[in-house]
Amino acid sequence: MRFSGQSFPVMLLAVLVAGVSGCTVENDVTPNAGTGAGSEEATSPSTSSEPTRIQIDGSSTVKVITAAVAEEFESKFSDVKVALKVTGTGTGFKEMIAGRIDIANASRAVKDSEKADCEKNNIELLELLVALDGLTVCVNNENTWVDSITVAQLKKIWEPGSTVKSWKDVDAAWPDVPLVLFGAGEESGTFDYFTEAINGKEDEITENYSPSSDDNVTITGVSGDKGAMGFFGCAYYFANKDKVKALKISPTEDPAAGVAPTPEAVKAGDYKPLSRPLFIYVKKSSLERQEVQDFVRFYLNEGAAQVSKVGYVDVSDEQIKGSREAFEAAVKKE
Amino acid sequence: MSEQDPSGKSARTNAGFINGAPVNGESAKRRPAVSFVSGGDRHIRSRLMLSRVFAWLCRFSTYAALAVLVVLLAAIFYSSIGRLSPDFVTNTNSTSPVKAGILAGLWGSFWLILFTAMFSVPVGVGSAVYLEEIAKDSMLIRIIKVNLANLAGVPSIVYGILGYTVFRTSAAAIAELFDGKHVIGVLGLFKVRLSKLPMYEDNILVGALTLTLVILPTVIAASQEALRSVPGSIRVASLALGATRWQTIWRQVIPAALPGISTGVILSTSRAIGEAAPLIMLGALTYTSMCPGGIESPLELLTKPAQLLQAPLDQFTAMPIEIYDWSKQPDARFTAVAASGIVVLLVVLLSINSVAMVVRHFASRRLKW
Repeated sequence: MRFSGQSFPVMLLAVLVAGVSGCTVENDVTPNAGTGAGSEEATSPSTSSEPTRIQIDGSSTVKVITAAVAEEFESKFSDVKVALKVTGTGTGFKEMIAGRIDIANASRAVKDSEKADCEKNNIELLELLVALDGLTVCVNNENTWVDSITVAQLKKIWEPGSTVKSWKDVDAAWPDVPLVLFGAGEESGTFDYFTEAINGKEDEITENYSPSSDDNVTITGVSGDKGAMGFFGCAYYFANKDKVKALKISPTEDPAAGVAPTPEAVKAGDYKPLSRPLFIYVKKSSLERQEVQDFVRFYLNEGAAQVSKVGYVDVSDEQIKGSREAFEAAVKKE
Repeated sequence: MSEQDPSGKSARTNAGFINGAPVNGESAKRRPAVSFVSGGDRHIRSRLMLSRVFAWLCRFSTYAALAVLVVLLAAIFYSSIGRLSPDFVTNTNSTSPVKAGILAGLWGSFWLILFTAMFSVPVGVGSAVYLEEIAKDSMLIRIIKVNLANLAGVPSIVYGILGYTVFRTSAAAIAELFDGKHVIGVLGLFKVRLSKLPMYEDNILVGALTLTLVILPTVIAASQEALRSVPGSIRVASLALGATRWQTIWRQVIPAALPGISTGVILSTSRAIGEAAPLIMLGALTYTSMCPGGIESPLELLTKPAQLLQAPLDQFTAMPIEIYDWSKQPDARFTAVAASGIVVLLVVLLSINSVAMVVRHFASRRLKW
């Protein structure tokens, strides 16, 4: 016990001194990314961020695309790094309003209230459509009785206070197999969009379904029960085509008019009403920074390949051209 | 394995009662010639039966817990086949399941745990010493002690919110203060001229301070327990020999309590390393190819001293965050990536725990009373 008595604080001191003397270099301590080394003043006018880092936050759906684009981008522009967070579309906009990020990933368009808050803080947004998602309604592979379903039937199943217990309750021609429902939880943008499109009112849904924040759980649930039904983003269906069966969706009363959730149908706008646009919102003042400009331009030019790689649907040539023009106009103005 | 001793003994003695004969020795397998007082035989038999059942229940619960662990580990190792390879720990994250690695999370967790330990040990042990050795038993002290136990039960996300409000906001204010300015004066003492210290409000220090809040109640409780287990005679003897209170605490009580304290600290930091919720709350990155300060290998800790100063103020991700993110990817091949991440996390946890065992071993070896 004698040993720790006196030598311990001395040792601690020695370690501290050694640690500090390691730093007793007369050089400048500069950020690792390096490009700011020469300039004495920060190039970014008002943010405390390192100028070579792009801050992005928002939707988990769009994150998958942005991450893929960022990976490609970083391999080409090695001195720029992308810092990507996933807090959800709503929180992403809040971060944007607080002026903390350069780009917000969003699986829905910005709300008027969010836009107003941005304007209050002198933040101007540039809305860019980058991809499309087709929310897919899936059933078990052993489900032989249904291939196509109408929006009215979906509403009957999913609306709040729904009394449907078995498939027979939806359509008398279908067997008396208990209906088991799975889907995204209320914190997700997928949930918001699905409830709005099917039930007509955002956030309202039947009490008899198992919500999950993880779409893989929904897929496991649907593939494990003969009478199951679930919904999720098309990327999860495209990656698990052998595990579940996707239904055709018909916006009319006639189930025969159903459209399958194929990339082509989503892109052409035929897959209604469950196709949704995916956006990135760029802070216009951030476009003054070269690396943000480079990144967004890269996103619009090379993004399409990444979009389909990660399982979403790229937008039509017409639409991407519109996005590019809007972007270049915004750059010129800044 | 001292717990096995009594159960083993009882099982051995009980072996003699299989046929209900309540005596030991040579006549173990036969009914005794002399009967007990009416009902006594049955009474003893049922008591011994109870003791045997109890021993088996204890054994069962031990092995059941072990079996669950084994199944879990086997399942995770099995799932990790296909991705677990050396380049998994040298690659940073990727959207391709064959390239995705955990390097950034590993370094993030390393820095977080380093600073969490640095903050929580002095404060935690100091509080425990004060509460156990110095403070008089007053109403206030009793209230503090009770509430420490309550704090240990608070969900970590609550600390995340607290950390966001207190630490992240302060960090933002400090960042604003130094925004674009030279920070020469602050560290000029060490002749380090910081031409520009990039500081992020969602940095490692903010994360570590929050994790410190999460584990501090546990560290204090464990240290208190360890201090309480030091015999009072040690203190009395030390004081009687003329040592001051400081000398008694620093040279006798703390070294004697060290095994218990270190176990508590290590177990708490093991908990901190698996926390994701409060870090996401604070703004930890979900997808990044950056390691804090740009330090990507242990060697660079020595060769890039300047970056050492930057790392604590850098943005970060952590292992549990990356694992959580991988498990939610649409591509089923990410299951193997997530499982590999869990394996790496487990290996780190087990190494921390073995360090704890070694520390404990050496610390208790020096105790001779």
